[in-house]
Amino acid sequence: MNRSQNVGLVKPQFFEFAAPPHEMKLACGRKLGPVTLAYETYGKLNESRNNAILVEHAFSGNAHAAGYLHPKDKHPGWWDTLIGPGKAFDTNRYFLICSNILGGCSGSTGPSSLNPSTGKPWGLSFPVVTVADMVEAQRHLIDHLGIGKLLCVVGGSMGGMQALQWVASYPERVASAIPIATTLKHSPQQIALDEVGRQAVMADDSWRHGNYYEHGQPRKGLALARMIGHITYMSDKSMEDKFSRNLKDKSFSYSFSSDFEVEGYLRYRGDNFVKRFDANSYLYITKAMDYFDLSGDRLFPDGRTVHTRFLIIAFQSDWLYPAYQSREIVHLLKTRGVEATYCEIKSTYGHDAFLLEIEEETHLIRHFLKKTFQVVSGG
Amino acid sequence: MRLDHSVILKMIEPDSRVLDLGCGTGELLAGLEKEKNVRGQGVELSEAGIYQCVEKGVSVFHSDIDSGLSGFPDHSFDYVILNQSLQEVKNVQQVLAESLRVGGRVIVGVPNFAHVRARLRLFFRGRTPMTKSLPYDWSDTPNVRFMSLSDFKTFCRKNGIRVVHQKYLGSSRILHVFPNLLALNGIFMLEAGSSSAARSIPTAPG
Repeated sequence: MNRSQNVGLVKPQFFEFAAPPHEMKLACGRKLGPVTLAYETYGKLNESRNNAILVEHAFSGNAHAAGYLHPKDKHPGWWDTLIGPGKAFDTNRYFLICSNILGGCSGSTGPSSLNPSTGKPWGLSFPVVTVADMVEAQRHLIDHLGIGKLLCVVGGSMGGMQALQWVASYPERVASAIPIATTLKHSPQQIALDEVGRQAVMADDSWRHGNYYEHGQPRKGLALARMIGHITYMSDKSMEDKFSRNLKDKSFSYSFSSDFEVEGYLRYRGDNFVKRFDANSYLYITKAMDYFDLSGDRLFPDGRTVHTRFLIIAFQSDWLYPAYQSREIVHLLKTRGVEATYCEIKSTYGHDAFLLEIEEETHLIRHFLKKTFQVVSGG
Repeated sequence: MRLDHSVILKMIEPDSRVLDLGCGTGELLAGLEKEKNVRGQGVELSEAGIYQCVEKGVSVFHSDIDSGLSGFPDHSFDYVILNQSLQEVKNVQQVLAESLRVGGRVIVGVPNFAHVRARLRLFFRGRTPMTKSLPYDWSDTPNVRFMSLSDFKTFCRKNGIRVVHQKYLGSSRILHVFPNLLALNGIFMLEAGSSSAARSIPTAPG
């Protein structure tokens, strides 16, 4: 593997806060604490502390955005194509932070974590969290790292929702935001797709109302939910290009085993997901997305003047977060006179494009950050 | 710098807010930001244009002009520029009305369909006009509106739009005589006419 353009070996870190009696107050009204956030950092915070960029992961992502976790690691972090020396998020210039979301299952506190008062996994007794709660947890981490104002908050899909939420919650602490392939609010279609995924999980008897930790994951339900998810991440064209009607064997089996490559792919993706992702986190995080709504006056409450610069990116073949939803963000920014750039990238990859259209994203992000840094440092 | 760009640059007061509709590669806006310290915003349809704007540090929305104006509040810009883009617009009347709503002054740069070369080509050769400012073959032109400079001024008069400033451009210099015959391009600064004079027109700077 080529590690020359890579941040190299990285070490997961953990930040614990909100220990009682200083628990986090959540949107649902309940309190939660102590809370742990798993995070990684790349690059160095400069002396002026004005080069920090917070990277927000998507629904099933984690804090491992770049580099390798051990010397024989074959797979770099999920956005290694964009984060590293000389890349869009140039680690020679900027200090990158990526944390696993509250409610997640990759090191941060979530439903699979132990409830300190029972010593057992929370399961469904874990409070329902929102995107605003996730951002509030990250705010504690950013305080802990000694960063007053972030140069940029960036993310695709649900990561983009968090970027928007940062602007809504702490506009004075965000010099720029890059929401990619995302929306101001979940549409009925998006809620419907999430609900189908949740029902798939909950219909599996081995889900046991969330108390499956001693028995193992609801494999079938969670895998089915993920299969549906993967269909929504691709486009008709990208599926045609990737699978066409190719058969796994030479002829039809005339049975219900998987004949087509696309079937095998979805089954493989589903099975793989079960190994790494907690079924209850699936429920909690999809619910947080469904509750997300920064439309109307919610992105900029109180007629506030916003100095955050925006770069909004959408992809033409994305039907899960269609470009019209990004144009709605643009429209809102126009009405408020916010300095912004919008690009609708011609891509056939569907929603997955935000992980794949590297060249175009690199160009936009690199120059946008350069300008933002000029603005921030007064040059 | 391109002649039309330098003409427009001179028309704009320092520190203004400028919206450039059909800003292309962002060259004009980048120049205005550098020379006049304007706060610029572009609108551009081509994806390649967006990348070049961003490279120059110019903020730009990926959109066509016809729908690119909605959402901007009244008088949110001091100037709205339509340089070499109005001829590609479907609904000219609406785009100009919207531009005058959004900006105090509108600067329009259009090619002259009645240039002497266009007339000679049509009259003597029976061929559709092609000139330096109208370089496209009929089958491959982005233009959907073909106007002479006189046509444009007549249009403004009929629609209650005041032409407060005008410059006629040859291939390398400003022209002063027989503009509708000799100019390749015209650049007009427009304001809403007396019929809607009640609306305040911001006087630059500020």
